[in-house]
Amino acid sequence: MPLSTQSQADDEQYVLVASLDNARNLSNILKAIAFKDHAIFSATPNGLKVTVEDSKCLQANAFIQAEIFQEFTIREDSVGFQVNLTVLLDCLNIFGGSTAPGVSTALRMCYKGYGYPLTLFLEEGGVVTVCKINTQEPEEPVDFEFCSTNVTNKVILQSESLKEAFSELDMTSEVLQITMSPSQPYFRFVVKNLKLLSTFGNSGNAHYDYPKDSDMMELFRCDKTQTNRYKMSLLKPSTKALALSCKVSVRTDSRGFLSLQYLVRNDDGQICFVEYFCCPDEEVEE
Amino acid sequence: MKLRGRILDVACLNRFTRVVTTISKLTKVCVLRLTPDNLFFVLSGKVANGGIGMWCELSQANVFDEYQMEGVSSEDNEICLEVTPENLSRALKTVQSAKAVKVKLTKKHCPCLTIAAELPTMSSTSRVVTHDVPVDIVPRRLWHEFKEPSMPDFHVSVYLPPLKTMKNVVDRMKNLSNFLVMEANLIGEMNLKIETDLVSVTTHFKDLGNPPWGDDASQDGGPSHSREPEAMVQARVDIRKLQQFLMGQQVNPSKAMCNIVHERVVHLILLHEDVSLQYFIPAVA
Repeated sequence: MPLSTQSQADDEQYVLVASLDNARNLSNILKAIAFKDHAIFSATPNGLKVTVEDSKCLQANAFIQAEIFQEFTIREDSVGFQVNLTVLLDCLNIFGGSTAPGVSTALRMCYKGYGYPLTLFLEEGGVVTVCKINTQEPEEPVDFEFCSTNVTNKVILQSESLKEAFSELDMTSEVLQITMSPSQPYFRFVVKNLKLLSTFGNSGNAHYDYPKDSDMMELFRCDKTQTNRYKMSLLKPSTKALALSCKVSVRTDSRGFLSLQYLVRNDDGQICFVEYFCCPDEEVEE
Repeated sequence: MKLRGRILDVACLNRFTRVVTTISKLTKVCVLRLTPDNLFFVLSGKVANGGIGMWCELSQANVFDEYQMEGVSSEDNEICLEVTPENLSRALKTVQSAKAVKVKLTKKHCPCLTIAAELPTMSSTSRVVTHDVPVDIVPRRLWHEFKEPSMPDFHVSVYLPPLKTMKNVVDRMKNLSNFLVMEANLIGEMNLKIETDLVSVTTHFKDLGNPPWGDDASQDGGPSHSREPEAMVQARVDIRKLQQFLMGQQVNPSKAMCNIVHERVVHLILLHEDVSLQYFIPAVA
């Protein structure tokens, strides 16, 4: 196979080399966070973290551990760069992203360091494509200061249940309100259209309840009743991650910041994570 | 001028319909030339077409079981019509189940190619379907524009890779760039390349083989004689034109080749059964 016969000498110039027999194991998970053109890549010996942000209020991270890759070599403690994610996805899918069984695109991703492009070697059916994507200095991702000690409420649900609800949600409405409580209604989300609200009051808002003893609920740890609102436009991209996932954890902290963590299984059944952080919406007088 | 033809063989009808459908994806309007032996769909490489030239040739005998054609005169025994292939394709698609399809040149409110057929129905009566496809008669003084193009003095000739693979790659490259460089050499290698401020992408095809005529055609002591076999000959083209050519292909051709005149033109040739399709894409600076 052409990709694996690159000489040792070539390899020594790269600070990062990551190989996959199936490029979809990277491209599928990146699609789940591809709501903006730019992504910050951060590689450590543990693996790859890719971050996409929107207006400092929303942040999505995809984690692909080193074990997922057939080869993952990093010559520094930490390697970081920024690339155009839309371009990267077009390159990863250069052979058409076919889902035919037995047909996959092999990938070798290489980076020489600051100022160099990200080089991708992709191979399918004996045909090799080489892509060089310009990189920029990585921006510092926002630190949402979301830590486990501040978490007030946490639930883990099977994604099936949320998928149905989200597919029915009116994405044009402005606000999603989430209530988590140790007592009824336990875990509820309400879709609110603020314009309708002033004319029609609370009627006509769809709400979805998940009781704590529901089959779908894998973990329920809510210490205090909290209701928070989030802009629907910010949460909309997370539905891509939800669609890929089998489990999701929903956590809020004392400030009302939301953390959604999705467990995603790739084509080979291996586990990766996608995480979304979202700031609460300003309180609006009803 | 007279044209009366009958298509009785369902395989011939299917094939003809596929050819017309392919042509309709390549161009909105073209010229249809009918001679005693052949049918030609022609696009002359004018600026108005973006410099694209097309020549599709098939023998009349492989379409029609009965064919009566009387041209403009006995010296110029052919008919030359300007047609919108999509209209013709649509008409042919509706008569695929017919036992016999008649094709006639008629004059309704304007000259037309009339497609008529009896279609079987559930009951004992059959349904007659008639389509009048408007055409424009091309006057004899303009016929010189629609002659068979001569084989360009190409610098390299190579067999194309599987069209589906090419199409997948070109579709993605179109998201990244407006222009693409096609290059090939005499040892059966072809590259498709794009380069912008953001990204450069090169797809390498190997072991494609070079058609045998490649050796004699690069003649007259041109630059090709002193060229090394692995040296690439290239042309930069508008990616949408290449994409359009690839989108139009309905069948896997039995032979698919590409001739490149360095920085001038890409000449694509597809052969399938007795149908040949040539497509010329001009190079851009």
